[in-house]
Amino acid sequence: MITQQQKIRQECMVIVEQKEIADSIFELTVEGALTEEMSAPGQFVHIRVADSYEPLLRRPLSVASIDFEHSRFTMIYRAEGRGTNLLAEKRAGDALDVLGPLGNGFPVDKAKSKAFLIGGGIGVPPLYELAKALNKKGIETVHILGFENKKSVFYEEQFRELGDTYIATVDGSHGTKGFVTHVLDRLPADFDTYFSCGPTPMLEAVQAAYPEKQGFLSYEQRMACGIGACFACVCRTTKSETDYVKVCSDGPVFAAGVVIS
Amino acid sequence: MIDTTVSLPGLELKNPIIPSSGCFGFGKEYARLYDLSQLGAIMVKSTTVEPRLGNPTPRVAETASGMLNAIGLQNPGLQKVMEEELPWLEQYDVPIIANVAGTTTEDYVEVAKAISQAPNVHALEINISCPNVKEGGITFGTDPAIAQQLTQAVKAVSRVPVYIKLSPNVTDIVSIAKAVEAGGADGLTMINTLLGMRLDPKTGRPVIANMTGGLSGPAVKPVALRMVYEVSQQTSLPIIGMGGVSNVDDVIDFLSAGASAVAVGTANFVNPFICPEIVNQLPEKLQELGYDKVEELVGRSHRLCVR
Ligand SMILES: Cc1cc2nc3c(=O)[nH]c(=O)nc-3n(C[C@H](O)[C@H](O)[C@H](O)COP(=O)(O)OP(=O)(O)OC[C@H]3O[C@@H](n4cnc5c(N)ncnc54)[C@H](O)[C@@H]3O)c2cc1C
Ligand SMILES: Cc1cc2nc3c(=O)[nH]c(=O)nc-3n(C[C@H](O)[C@H](O)[C@H](O)COP(=O)(O)O)c2cc1C
Repeated sequence: MITQQQKIRQECMVIVEQKEIADSIFELTVEGALTEEMSAPGQFVHIRVADSYEPLLRRPLSVASIDFEHSRFTMIYRAEGRGTNLLAEKRAGDALDVLGPLGNGFPVDKAKSKAFLIGGGIGVPPLYELAKALNKKGIETVHILGFENKKSVFYEEQFRELGDTYIATVDGSHGTKGFVTHVLDRLPADFDTYFSCGPTPMLEAVQAAYPEKQGFLSYEQRMACGIGACFACVCRTTKSETDYVKVCSDGPVFAAGVVIS
Repeated sequence: MIDTTVSLPGLELKNPIIPSSGCFGFGKEYARLYDLSQLGAIMVKSTTVEPRLGNPTPRVAETASGMLNAIGLQNPGLQKVMEEELPWLEQYDVPIIANVAGTTTEDYVEVAKAISQAPNVHALEINISCPNVKEGGITFGTDPAIAQQLTQAVKAVSRVPVYIKLSPNVTDIVSIAKAVEAGGADGLTMINTLLGMRLDPKTGRPVIANMTGGLSGPAVKPVALRMVYEVSQQTSLPIIGMGGVSNVDDVIDFLSAGASAVAVGTANFVNPFICPEIVNQLPEKLQELGYDKVEELVGRSHRLCVR
């Protein structure tokens, strides 16, 4: 997307705060100079959760909000497997090995006057910094956010402060029952650009719903290096039989209609 | 002054630390992080005659103290490597070890002949050990006679010394090493990944789309070390050792086991600055152990393990 070459740093950052904000969903704020390199909402960082060989690889997490004034940024993640569960045990004052910022974020400048921000589960976090950035530019944002159930909903209030916000839960325990597409079906498509992040089937459904609109989607793939060297997170594209992109360094955000997932 | 230089066929290394093939691309990504001229050498990604798109994803899976990969030799192909990747690396004062892969002897010969002409390529590493491609690759690395023939064919066309990259997925690695020595190899690099598997406990299905993948990282180090120890005593070829190297102590272990230089793979993913960090720590480590030269350490375990 935006292929500027910002500086990537590896820094031992300090945890300012960590708290559980929904069922197994943690909000983690860290402080350090690395923050200053961030250039767009939708970028991610690569976190080493332990000094040992277990777990070995870093974990990619999106940047959910940035506080440049205090050199801090916040991530929101679900404690799921070994790595994220270990991360959830860390406390304020602990050090955290962070590599980043990585990847290219959402192209904020592409939106003209009104944008739909469509997120699912742990794909919701990067949309928050995006919503803030768009609002700052005078773009109206509408947020359509999908979660598993009422207990896993987070940041509803924060999004509401920035624009109309619709929630869908799979079991109907909060907001509309079903997926974000059930909400979208009933909303007038009176926006010029959509931005989306979430599970791949959701991204597919969103693209299918708005074939005529300009859209930008953030993809997830298993990664190792996170900087484009190992070729783990490669996806084919619609450009040609032989064209490909690396989610970590060419993405994770791509224009709609490009990535074959 | 501690002397960290190492002399190997075709290679005058400032130090014995080399990022391993496939874990460092063609250097561009790491060049954003540090000056590549600090490295002993660079082993670039396997290159094939035609561009390869690699395997479906997921291509990697984490395992206990290691990882599985089935990238499938994705690379931009010989022409692009010759015209773009290698010339770009010329700005750095670092010898390149070009890694050659293929599915037939003719493929290997074609790539080896062309790529050995590049001015900054000082040696070839012949990958006869990739476990992640259906044809070629590992089949050349598991049969001594075929390995020997391929070595001869590549040696006949290469302008620079030829190192053969051995597979650990064999019963008797010494017999393969001896065969490629007889075939005229100038050196060995070892080990490539160990074929492995990981299942998803919920579905019972393999996590990696290719079903199996190559195991690397700290988990494989004891196997790699043992193989370097054995092979270094039964051939006279110099060895670039690798497999799980993650810190300066691991480097000392590989040198002691009989490697003349050491390659670092998976550890680059965990700490992208690991290679220059080890380069900087090595002199002090040697001093601590009472050695003035890296070369004095090579194979010291052989002398200490007399039975
Ligand atoms: C660019 C990007 C941004 C992300 N942002 C967020 C975020 O903001 N919040 C959040 O909760 N999650 C996010 N994820 C998903 C998150 O990386 C995984 O949930 C996490 O790595 C799982 O680690 P684990 O230790 O819990 O699981 P384990 O099962 O122990 O992980 C094993 C291995 O698989 C990888 N892995 C497992 N699940 C995923 C996945 N869904 N995507 C990629 N790799 C995976 C791990 O990184 C690790 O290498 C993001 C993923 C990517 C690629
Ligand atoms: C993601 C990945 C890709 C690799 N690609 C190649 C390759 O293209 N050619 C090759 O000869 N070896 C390749 N290897 C093997 C490494 O060069 C090395 O032999 C092996 O990983 C053991 O070292 P390590 O434990 O330090 O990673 C690859 C390894 C990994 C993890």
